Amino acid sequence: MAMAEAAAPTLAVSGLQAWYGESHVLHGVDFEVRPGEVVTLLGRNGAGKTTTLKAIMGIVGKRAGSVVFAGRETIGLSSDRVARLGMAICPEERAIFASLSVRENLMLPPRVAPGGLTLERIFALFPNLAERLASGGGKLSGGEQQMLAIARILRTGARFLMLDEPTEGLAPVIIRQIGRTIAELKHEGFTILLVEQNFRFAATVSDRYYVMEHGRIGIGFGNSDLDANNMEKLHVRLGV
Amino acid sequence: MIFGHAITAQQLFGQLLIGLINGSFYALLSLGLAVIFGMLNIVNFAHGALYMMGAFVAYFLLHELGLNYWWALIGSPLIVGAFGALIERTLLVRLRGLDPLYSLLLTFGVALMIQGLFQNEFGASGLPYAIPPQLSGAHNLGFMFLPNYRAWVIGFSAFVCFATWFLIEKTRVGAYLRAATENPTMTRAFGLNVPRMITLTYGFGVGLAALAGVLAAPINQVRPGMGVDIIAVVFAVVVIGGMGSILGSIVTGFTLGVVEGLTKVFYPEASNTVVFVIMAVVLLIKPAGLFGKVA
Repeated sequence: MAMAEAAAPTLAVSGLQAWYGESHVLHGVDFEVRPGEVVTLLGRNGAGKTTTLKAIMGIVGKRAGSVVFAGRETIGLSSDRVARLGMAICPEERAIFASLSVRENLMLPPRVAPGGLTLERIFALFPNLAERLASGGGKLSGGEQQMLAIARILRTGARFLMLDEPTEGLAPVIIRQIGRTIAELKHEGFTILLVEQNFRFAATVSDRYYVMEHGRIGIGFGNSDLDANNMEKLHVRLGV
Repeated sequence: MIFGHAITAQQLFGQLLIGLINGSFYALLSLGLAVIFGMLNIVNFAHGALYMMGAFVAYFLLHELGLNYWWALIGSPLIVGAFGALIERTLLVRLRGLDPLYSLLLTFGVALMIQGLFQNEFGASGLPYAIPPQLSGAHNLGFMFLPNYRAWVIGFSAFVCFATWFLIEKTRVGAYLRAATENPTMTRAFGLNVPRMITLTYGFGVGLAALAGVLAAPINQVRPGMGVDIIAVVFAVVVIGGMGSILGSIVTGFTLGVVEGLTKVFYPEASNTVVFVIMAVVLLIKPAGLFGKVA
């Protein structure tokens, strides 16, 4: 950890505010993600987790504050330019394009940097996709959609990934497959910001956690802080 | 003997040919409208005026710069398409996110202005544009004479329609366009410059209209009113085919041209209204159009 602490953060968010139309959703979010870390945002429904990811990517209606990514302030950039700095998102709704085939979906995001996963690696991680390449994007099962949504951001060369509830509504066998994938990506040095309702799952892959409440970060803690005392506080905050 | 009068083969094939010619223009114009509607979600009422501009640019290229028909076939779509891109960049972009009615009104206003300017300058009568020498003459097919230029228009339009369909449905660029049509926010978040794609798409749709204008110039003369005459039918074609459907606009365009032609043979009184009657029937049975996805 000492090494990671010393390095400049991959992502530093401070005073981040966001609005959907008239409603003010984020009220000053502060946290950071260091290189190679898997960090999870926890919190109840409506706490602002998904909005935080969207605000970092630049796909909310309006945002303010500071998002420094790879040493660069991105709050004023459009989402396509943010993406080209090496950031990619796998949204909660998965956003598989129904008017594109599976292959077209997979090949859609342009390369933003060298060093993306090869198709062979991707098919090794998600063998199901290799068999469904010619299918329409709208014809996939929920699990296959999730695999495709993750797979398509792995070949772009983006080294910072944001995954929004990748296990939501999926069968345990697929959840384990996604867990293995995240572990493997972490092992290869990807930096990952995860949003999860499923703390059990998050605990298997994460280094650190932040709990969001009412559009702000409530508490932050690492794996080593997960003693009985902290778990008690966490249960109270998450209402689980 | 149908409807009490004899129909000669000459008549039938003659009208069929005219139907295919008109169908070529319907297809090219409704294809441009479909491309624009799919991506920008706007009904481009300026389409007829831009078609007319395409023909006029061909005329200017020939008479001012001495560039012949073949140059016009490339140059006019590029010039008018660039003009379209300028309209998108400067005017339509300001209406993004608003009710589509606003952009409809804007393009309608643009159409009136363009038409008014050309009418002021050139009057209502037509300027002649000669058939290129390579395509003059005709072939005797035995049952009819087929003018070479008309055969070219039908063949080339069909080719351009197919190429556009192929580009959108089968290539990587097309996948970008389809993705941006379906979910512009996520497409942009993957690093694609969606606003630029929108501008280019509008320019491309406008370019198709201008191309139709160049093809029409030797057939119909170059007149400020040529867009108004054709655009009402083209909108009916778009509605019948299904708003935004690429394949629908092509198939419906050619088919309705032929249907119109055949109506002229069998029941001439209905030839100006048959397309609108079909539109009404289609709307009653399939409100989204023959090829439209149910909204």
